[in-house]
Amino acid sequence: MARRGAVLELTALVAVAGMALAACGGGGTAGPGGGDASTIRVLDYYNNEPDRSVYAKTLDTCGQQAGVKIEREVVPGASLIPKVLQQASSRTLPDVLMLDNPDVQQIAATGALAPISDFGLSTDGYAEGVVSASTFEGKVYGLQPVTNTIGLFYNKDLLAEAGITPPTTWDELKTAAAALTKGERYGVAFSAVADYEGAWQFLPFMWSNGGDETNIAGPETAQALQLWVDLVNSGSASRSVLNWGQADVKDQFAAGNAAMMVNGPWQFPALDKVQGLNYDVVPIPVPRAGATAVAPLGGETWTLPQTGNAARQAKAAEIVKCLNTDDTQLALASERNTVPTKTALRERFVSEVPRMAAFTAQVQTARSRTGKLGAEWPATATKIYTAVQTAITGGASPQQALQQAQNG
Amino acid sequence: MGEVATATRRVPAAALPARLREPWWAPRRRERLLQVAFLVPAVLYLALFFGYPVVQNVVMGFQEYTTRTFYTGEAPWVGLDNYATVLASPLFGQAMLNTVLFTVGSIAGQFCIGLAIAVFFQRKFPLSGLLRSLLLLPWLIPLIVSGAVWRWILDQDNGALNRFLGGLGLVGENPGWLTSTSLALIAVIGVNIWIGIPFNTTILYGGLQDVPEELYEAAALDGATGWRAFRHVTWPLLRPVVNVVLVLGVVYTIKVLDIILGLTGGGPANATQTIATQSYHLSFREFRFGEGAALGNVLIVISLVFALLYLRANRKAVRG
Repeated sequence: MARRGAVLELTALVAVAGMALAACGGGGTAGPGGGDASTIRVLDYYNNEPDRSVYAKTLDTCGQQAGVKIEREVVPGASLIPKVLQQASSRTLPDVLMLDNPDVQQIAATGALAPISDFGLSTDGYAEGVVSASTFEGKVYGLQPVTNTIGLFYNKDLLAEAGITPPTTWDELKTAAAALTKGERYGVAFSAVADYEGAWQFLPFMWSNGGDETNIAGPETAQALQLWVDLVNSGSASRSVLNWGQADVKDQFAAGNAAMMVNGPWQFPALDKVQGLNYDVVPIPVPRAGATAVAPLGGETWTLPQTGNAARQAKAAEIVKCLNTDDTQLALASERNTVPTKTALRERFVSEVPRMAAFTAQVQTARSRTGKLGAEWPATATKIYTAVQTAITGGASPQQALQQAQNG
Repeated sequence: MGEVATATRRVPAAALPARLREPWWAPRRRERLLQVAFLVPAVLYLALFFGYPVVQNVVMGFQEYTTRTFYTGEAPWVGLDNYATVLASPLFGQAMLNTVLFTVGSIAGQFCIGLAIAVFFQRKFPLSGLLRSLLLLPWLIPLIVSGAVWRWILDQDNGALNRFLGGLGLVGENPGWLTSTSLALIAVIGVNIWIGIPFNTTILYGGLQDVPEELYEAAALDGATGWRAFRHVTWPLLRPVVNVVLVLGVVYTIKVLDIILGLTGGGPANATQTIATQSYHLSFREFRFGEGAALGNVLIVISLVFALLYLRANRKAVRG
């Protein structure tokens, strides 16, 4: 979800236009689910480099090992769910389906996915938060090889110039952001956009302070929102955070318009291309010294749709298993700037890819968005970003804005 | 459809009783069958691509239609529950008000500026043809592209508009065109006006071309020139075209989605949330397809009222 833009979503509309038709016409046909198990259909949304070719290579290797040909289809992020729903109704789901982790329970609830235990796959050794995202009514519906989260990026030159060390607590964040705000440059940038990205960026602040998504009207969440409001009202962050997606935040940071930003490791390739930009990442600052940072888990899960063809499903399970071996997890993590989901691999990973240290540390304590709420998450995410926007625009105090959203 | 209906009506009424008594192979009846056969493709097309989705959407509004439905086909009937949820939501009032303000504001702006430009281009001057075609540009640029460009222009800190205003010394503090709850709707309306001007200009310009030159000459002899000529010659003769432009404008504007999503995503704090964007959000972001459909149906009913007005206006225009 992290990278879906509002504009991209429009492409989904086109795909969706055919959905109503398919919804009624489907049911009877077996679709391409029949036939032999020599080719395996894969659907994912890795349509950008380097992800696209990294997965092309990995999938082909796994296909060779399983003795099958991989027939891969890649769609833009926003078109994936409409496509999956259309395929679900016409019974043409692929053999291996990639889903953004907060969508897994939603799709599992339809009955279109097979539990991985049917194929002897297990989640032993996986980080608990990662598994909870794939679990629906006690059963696990997919394996996620790598995960990611968000951290605090900082411009090393600007901080050094001001003699500031990267902030670790909210107070330090406020002080540092204020000190780094100068002329047209803001101290910090984040995304408070009217979209799930805005909610996703708010979660580490909310969760680290003990906020709970099952009741967002609690004082802990209000304090976290107060921090964001203070950063904007003091001028340390631009009011434009209300309209910035994470890609816009990255652009502001890259252009030197912000000295620090909240963002994820998928921005590394773009930031590395910026000449003269020296940056590093630390975990998201916590409310008090010694508190634990609790960030949300990102990344995608590989699931096994119910295609009704046992032989093909078995082969598909081999592919998913192959995508999750220790070696594949490590390779995917270093090539895609993500973190392996098996806890035992972390130390080795950080020693091999030191710049992922901050994110790897955050993943230890991170939670999934759908762990508590499941399919209710989209409705709550909407409430969260609406309250964030109401408070930052001054429409209500953080406490009132959250209470209104909770009641809404 | 309008023309087809009038064409079939032109069959002399006196012939009707005689025709009813004739066998089907009689020449007149065969002609009638042929007429029907010509209609079939159009009717089929309309039923398949317009009728079916609308009916499906209406039905969906009464169902608990979720992601589950796509796989299982089960969509329990919930009566008016979806409508009750959607209409009772505190957001509905705001979205409705925004929809009205957005539509009225956009149409007023598009129409006035479009008409002014059309009247201006009525005079022949060098390069007027080239200028008139350049005017169509907003229409030709994909909405997603113009949305992205406008988002950059309207940016609070580094946007071209605020740089320009700041350079002129017009504003002390940068206005948050897309980030202030009081300005965002105005900014979005402004962009939509920009997009709608070519449509209004083109249609109105066409209407103006149909006003006979002699009438202006005669009016000028009577002392009516300039504003008075417009008031007493142009405007009355342009009225049928104006009706059509306005009604079509409403139908096009009320459902605008891409521009709002591209500029603000309905924010800040729902300040630019309309019925259309809210319906989209419910269906495709929260997967509450039933509620999204219910809200969409509200929009369909409003559009239908204006569509009927359009048909009436169109009939008048054709006759006029």
